Amino acid sequence: MYERKDLLGLRDLSGEEIMTILNTAREMKAKIDDPSLRDNSLEKSSIVTLFYENSTRTKMSFLLAGDYQGAIVKDLGVGTSSVQKGESLVDTGLTLDQMGINIMIIRHRMTGAAHLLARNVKASVINAGDGSNEHPTQALLDLYTILERKGGFKGLKVVILGDISHSRVARSNAFGLTKLGAKVTLAGPSTLVSSSMRSLGVEVATDIPKAIKDADVVMGLRIQFERQKNMPFPSLREYSSLFGVNDETLKYAKKDCLVMHPGPVNRGIELSSEVIDGANSVINVQVKNGVAVRMAILKLLTENRR
Amino acid sequence: MSLIHIKGGRIVDPANNIDKVSDLCIKDGKIYSLEAPTEKADKVIDASGLVVMPGFVDLNCHLREPGFESRETILTGSMAGAAGGYTTLCAMPNTDPVTDNEIVATYVKYKAEKEAVIRVLPVGAITKGKCGEELADIGRMAKAGVCALSEGDRTVQNAALMKTALKYSKMFDLPVLAYSVDTDLAGKGSMNAGDAAALLGLKGISADSEEVMVSRDMILAGSTKARLHLCHISTSGSVTLIKQAKERGVDVTADVTPHHFSLSDEDIVDYDANYKVNPPLRTKEDIVAIKEGLKNNIIEVIATDHAPRHIDEKNCEFEKAENGIVGLETAFALSFTNLVDKNVITLSELVKKMSLNPAKIINSDLGTLSVGACADVTIADIEKDFVFDKTRSFSKSRNTPFDGKTLKGKILYTISRGNVVFEKGSIKGECK
Repeated sequence: MYERKDLLGLRDLSGEEIMTILNTAREMKAKIDDPSLRDNSLEKSSIVTLFYENSTRTKMSFLLAGDYQGAIVKDLGVGTSSVQKGESLVDTGLTLDQMGINIMIIRHRMTGAAHLLARNVKASVINAGDGSNEHPTQALLDLYTILERKGGFKGLKVVILGDISHSRVARSNAFGLTKLGAKVTLAGPSTLVSSSMRSLGVEVATDIPKAIKDADVVMGLRIQFERQKNMPFPSLREYSSLFGVNDETLKYAKKDCLVMHPGPVNRGIELSSEVIDGANSVINVQVKNGVAVRMAILKLLTENRR
Repeated sequence: MSLIHIKGGRIVDPANNIDKVSDLCIKDGKIYSLEAPTEKADKVIDASGLVVMPGFVDLNCHLREPGFESRETILTGSMAGAAGGYTTLCAMPNTDPVTDNEIVATYVKYKAEKEAVIRVLPVGAITKGKCGEELADIGRMAKAGVCALSEGDRTVQNAALMKTALKYSKMFDLPVLAYSVDTDLAGKGSMNAGDAAALLGLKGISADSEEVMVSRDMILAGSTKARLHLCHISTSGSVTLIKQAKERGVDVTADVTPHHFSLSDEDIVDYDANYKVNPPLRTKEDIVAIKEGLKNNIIEVIATDHAPRHIDEKNCEFEKAENGIVGLETAFALSFTNLVDKNVITLSELVKKMSLNPAKIINSDLGTLSVGACADVTIADIEKDFVFDKTRSFSKSRNTPFDGKTLKGKILYTISRGNVVFEKGSIKGECK
């Protein structure tokens, strides 16, 4: 069951709520490749995307997830809106509320922005990434991909590598995976992986080959240059040689290990091109599953509003 | 002139080691006697079952005038102070224009004398425009009557300049109220760095950002022999450092705010910016150390750091929201509830930390009920629970995380310079 007004993060969701979303996504997936299976079940629903930060995958897949179900989907081009005149987030939300918007999908550079919006509007709010806090729909599509390939989560060893301290993807995945029984290790240089992350119920490691040993899933994360002030490591060359994953390091993982990445990838830095394009990689599958998961979320939230 | 008879209260006056049930008479603005009057009083206050204390002195509050009157004014801040049992407020210089010269200092004094319901004393900035580049007109401000020096919401990052300021201020016997934080280490955090920040996904402000600067300032106070007072210290490490400096003989005092021992970083919920404050709410372990520091008198003063903020500065993204909590009206109740009622310190020790000790730091003879002293008196009920309701606040701003909290230690009367300015929820007859 998923009975909430909003989807703000995985931290507060139960395992059962997460499974409801994943099971609904399974029903949705066939509709992506086969248009004849699509219906107009969301035709009376109006959805707006409100992206204060750039995005390719998340925004496009939300727009398509709405279109494939017959919803009215609009994008508020934040860069050309009154936000540029200094309109506050709360005022922008109240304005969209008055126009009859049912679901607002927000990405914002500040932690808690989606929560603030949800507190102030009647519409359902979906968090498409808030600061360095959570990116729940990305984690849900990652979970769905793992479920599809591995059949479950209990006892799986999942290693998330890279710029953990700035990563909302790592955090949402950590919350979701631990709730479903997987063992999560966050790994990277000590300046990018704080030991406080252990309070999320995960392991923290700095030795990459050791961390990857016997992993079922290896997830790379992009170094977020846009969120760094002082570089937390000396050079990209040093980073990729000590903390990146290539064919050699991947040998430490299980043979059927999944290689994942939320994209966009800095090729040759967190993952080598051989690994990205290799047999274990499901990076492209993740993209397709992103549409299915977002279709499921729009459907569930719309049903809750009726 | 007027005669006020306070009947049968528990008089708590740490300056004279008094804690006993007695009458108290105020005549012509002065404490007259600790007996019933022989002549008919103009006003009789039945204080049986209540405590009668010297009026509180706040070393650190932001009254926002001139410049930021949408948040607070000297008048509304003084009303909030009176409602909280305060009779003297030291107003921080982070105004616009900054209180960095005798003209602005004189203006604050003039407005205070004309409008404030209690005593308001200006604090002068350490550097011009609090830019941390050159000394403000410290000597001329001293002549104009500033009670202390401080950068308000900033730290003088340049150690050489801070040293010069400490040396120079000593000539005028002005204490330097330091807000100690290394801004590079603090970075762009918006709450305490630690497990709670990791859970919420907010960038943290580490304890070492405070401790590094607390150390620096105490080393400089030691080498200059100046008087340093550390404002709103918040970490266990700072308490230890202050203890060590005192043992070395450094002339240092320190205060803590009621919110820093009443709430921890784990209390921050749903990105509610009313919990956003600088220094940030720290861990439960820090609270234990702070209470220990209060108990052992390593921390001599409780100050509010009353920081009014407009609703629009708080009802926004947590990371964008301004820092600050209004504190004047909850300080005594939070301190009584969390310190005295929980047997951390005695009532007499609390009263000392809120009146006599801060008064001494600003070289004032206030904070006592000695016969002949200025009649600044606060009367409170420490028996009954009450629910704090922010809508009944006298401050212009309502940025408090304590709305709806059940507390003990309600202020019933505040007498400033012999006049009853606050009585049972109303300021000079004006109710909220």
